[in-house]
Amino acid sequence: MSGPSLMDSLFQRTLEDLIKGLRQQLIGEQAFISKALEEIRKEIKSTDLSTKSTALLKLSYLSSLHFHDMSFATFHALEVLSSPRFSHKKIAYHGISLSFHDSTPVLLLITNHLRKDLTSTNEFEVSLSLQCLSRIANVDLARDLTPEVFILLSSNKLYVRKKAIAVVLRVFEKYPDSVRVCFKRLVENLENSDPQILSAVVGVFCELACKDARSYLPLAPEFYKILVNSKNNWILIKVLKIFTKLASLEPRLAKRVVEPICDHMRRTGAKSLLFECVQTVVTSLSEYDSAVRLAVGKIREFLVDEDPNLKYLGLRALSIVAPKHLWAVSENKEVVIKSLSDADPNIKIGSLRLVMAMVSEHSVAEISRVLVNYALKSDPEFCNEILGSILSTCSRNLYEIIVDFDWYVSLLGEMSKIPHCQKGEEIENQLIDIGMRVKDVRPELVHVSRDLLIDPALLGNTFLHRVLSAAAWASGEYVEFSRNPLELMEALLQPRTCLLPPHIRAIYIQSAFKVLVFCLSTYLMQWGSTASSASPDNLRSGVSASVSYESFDNLSVENGADATVTRGQTYTSASITNESILNLLNLVELALGPLFESPDVEVQERARNVLGFIDLTKLELLNSSVQGEKDLERRGVECSKTIELMHDAFSKELGPVSLSAQGKVYLPDGLMLVENLVGMEMICADIEPPSSNLFSFGIPYEEKDGVSFSNLQIEADSEESNEATSLLAEHRKRHGLYYLPLGKSEIISNDYPPANDPTLQGNINDNADDLVKLTEESLVPKRKSNHAKPRPVVVKLDEVDAKPVGVKKAEYKDDSLSGAVRDFLYGMKDMVPTSSQSNLPGKASSKRKGKEKQHTDPHVETKGNLVDYGNPSSRRRKHRSHGKERKHRSAREKNAEEREDTGQKEKEKSSYCHGRHKSRQRAEEPLNVSAQTTVIPDFLL
Amino acid sequence: MIHFVLLISRQGKVRLTKWYSTYTQKERTKVIRELSGVILTRGPKLCNFVEWRGFKVVYKRYASLYFCMCIDQDDNELEILEIIHHYVEILDRYFGSVCELDLIFNFHKAYYILDEILIAGELQESSKKTVARLIAAQDSLVETAKEQASSISNIIAQATK
Repeated sequence: MSGPSLMDSLFQRTLEDLIKGLRQQLIGEQAFISKALEEIRKEIKSTDLSTKSTALLKLSYLSSLHFHDMSFATFHALEVLSSPRFSHKKIAYHGISLSFHDSTPVLLLITNHLRKDLTSTNEFEVSLSLQCLSRIANVDLARDLTPEVFILLSSNKLYVRKKAIAVVLRVFEKYPDSVRVCFKRLVENLENSDPQILSAVVGVFCELACKDARSYLPLAPEFYKILVNSKNNWILIKVLKIFTKLASLEPRLAKRVVEPICDHMRRTGAKSLLFECVQTVVTSLSEYDSAVRLAVGKIREFLVDEDPNLKYLGLRALSIVAPKHLWAVSENKEVVIKSLSDADPNIKIGSLRLVMAMVSEHSVAEISRVLVNYALKSDPEFCNEILGSILSTCSRNLYEIIVDFDWYVSLLGEMSKIPHCQKGEEIENQLIDIGMRVKDVRPELVHVSRDLLIDPALLGNTFLHRVLSAAAWASGEYVEFSRNPLELMEALLQPRTCLLPPHIRAIYIQSAFKVLVFCLSTYLMQWGSTASSASPDNLRSGVSASVSYESFDNLSVENGADATVTRGQTYTSASITNESILNLLNLVELALGPLFESPDVEVQERARNVLGFIDLTKLELLNSSVQGEKDLERRGVECSKTIELMHDAFSKELGPVSLSAQGKVYLPDGLMLVENLVGMEMICADIEPPSSNLFSFGIPYEEKDGVSFSNLQIEADSEESNEATSLLAEHRKRHGLYYLPLGKSEIISNDYPPANDPTLQGNINDNADDLVKLTEESLVPKRKSNHAKPRPVVVKLDEVDAKPVGVKKAEYKDDSLSGAVRDFLYGMKDMVPTSSQSNLPGKASSKRKGKEKQHTDPHVETKGNLVDYGNPSSRRRKHRSHGKERKHRSAREKNAEEREDTGQKEKEKSSYCHGRHKSRQRAEEPLNVSAQTTVIPDFLL
Repeated sequence: MIHFVLLISRQGKVRLTKWYSTYTQKERTKVIRELSGVILTRGPKLCNFVEWRGFKVVYKRYASLYFCMCIDQDDNELEILEIIHHYVEILDRYFGSVCELDLIFNFHKAYYILDEILIAGELQESSKKTVARLIAAQDSLVETAKEQASSISNIIAQATK
């Protein structure tokens, strides 16, 4: 073994060689590395520690910078660790902290090495092992090495002590019972004058307080002292962080610290400390107006600073203030808006958030306009960021900030035309949602939809397809508001629609169907009115039929001067003539004919529906238009009946459906979902394979149309609705698979509800009373002139739309660490109950002693305990049993403890701090004492 | 607390990694790939903070090297910038106007210095002088050990073992 060892050590590549070699490899770096790794594998087995350690060093290099696995060397690292040489130890510790983790098998073997080094006389060795422990500590290591760390906590070498303090954090985390041993010494270190020690202790408490601040409330006096006395910015920042946590828990504490914090804010020149003060004020002290004003002033300085860092932080601080003090944002409005065009995306997003926080009912139009302009100019990513935040802000709480829905709908249309817009889905949802919820907006919605549909360029943009599907749906559903249905039809059937994905195309066709039915029925009505102009009764009935679309009377667009002409007709009547109807029918046939053979089942089915309908009516329509007046009346009756029926089917208004509506649907008798699942093959053989879009909103609805249509063909005069209902039920039974499971409505919740589903209909109507609600917003007085219109009604479903009121309060985390800390802190007080309770106003001096005693007595006691432990092994055993005992205790008493927590602890805390509080008060203003004793004592001195 | 420290060159080469929280080797690679993608593409006059997976990454460029530290949401970014600067100043003092090459060839020393500044993700020493003194003391310990190891008598002793 000595031969190769010598060769190895003489000709071994050093780390420098390795690095140099690596740098010379322009290509084939991987090959070089694997060769080096091979060498390392050999060298690391060498018995010579220098060779071994060099190999380990090279390996750590490759592991940390080239991410090669070094787990094979964990045992060798331990071997190097046993070397007496400092340089070897250093390399070994470095390698270990780089590669060890909780499940490393040799972790058990390191305990003794660490213990040896922790008790070494060489402070650098102690430091190395502490550093390593801080990285690799697990439960066992933390438990076994607690005694050593405890001793180091009061080491007289500051260098070691500060590291031990930092390591305690990890030890506590891994092994909470160590709190009972170490916590007192940790607290003692809070009184240390050395800034490095203090910084370390405060850092530990800062981390601890982040997890569970309440446990550390009793230490507030110590922190307060540091806050007032320390001149070290590193420490002050940490203390401020602690107070941010504590002050939000204890208002009296907030009152105490607000002044010192403001002092720091005024005095300090360091931006980091200043920012920390600002952050503390805006997060936890936002009730103190003067402090907030001061902080906002500082934020303003940050905002106008050249440094982008300060600007960013200023914006962030503002966004923390915004919810409680909106004035702070509006005061800095210009800067915020200007930051929207900043070069830095982070700043832009920050300012966007703030701008959105400023949005109110009155400003929403103005702000949205500004933002849309920014969106037009900015890069795609930020553009969508802007659009997304406009959409989410405006739709918040059922569009509560929107008064003018016409404006909002046209804004949605405008937004979807922005070139980079990728928010199609969201816009789609909102368009449909608004269409269903807000009746008054429908004419504008149809108008906007028309503008979108008619533009052939938009069809090429895949991001817009979703918007277009919403537009198509809206224009079909609310076609009665269309100024020119024929034009709409052309738009819906334009050749470029072949660019759409099938499921959206199906919606297009369905909408075309609705438009067609509408045109025909309008035409028939017109024709009926001219034909029977002699008999006004007839006309009346024809008119009233078309008025049966509700909502016409809500329109403010036309003020129908002529009583006999309905407003609905004023939109359309002029354009529909005999000829145009024929053209229309031809157009539909031409456009949908090729789709007869469409591979997509949905498109095909809908196309067939429309064409079948045309087949049914066209002949009669043609005849009727060709033949004379008498014939016309007679022959027209049948087809007009068909058209009427279809028309009625479509004119039923769709409404928003409650999330739980599906659950209320009565489960049909004999419906066996499982059995049908078994018979899946049979169904599949029966029909064409279902496409994925079968779940889209139109399906049950569409199925009904299809079914009722075929039904019509057989017996045109039958009771359509009843038949359809039973057919649907049957269909549902047979294809139950494709319907939503009853009682579970989550899947459909975001989709369009199958509102025409007859089984649902009944429920909706039943619930209509509690479903429809007025929003209070419409009563709020408007300031802006352009809001002269009252806010339209927004239909709400109480079950669905009611926001969860008040998020469930975060449960008080009672993890073992904070439990231990609390036990400890309160236990400490119990030991000296007399000092705080025997406070008589006359004995000032003795009381002060008492207070000091309170501090020192328990220390002496525990120190005594620990010294008693004697040699390490017995100490550990004892300590363990101690831990067990505690575990038992805590398990048993946890409940009781928690119940008593609030009351008793509060009492303890206050009595504990009471003594101190008074003793200081006494020194300053002795007259106050008697008054102070009666009120609930403060947490501070 | 600081979760990790990264030194990345402008070309995306990693010069130093120090992890204070537990990450597997795979996660480490992923983190570095993600962050270098984000940070290296940021322009020179932008702010030094990046929000990343619910954490904040504070970075600063010195010459051709990006010093990055990942911190918790409620940590103070400006403080971290000062820590980075502190580290750079100490490196500078130690190597004598430090450059990337120094860190490449003395990668372990950069670690040892960092270990004197940070422990368990917290700042432990804010005095440059103290750190310099501590590092020098440890270096001399290492040097004497090395001298012993490389002395001829030692080699002979080994050879004849």
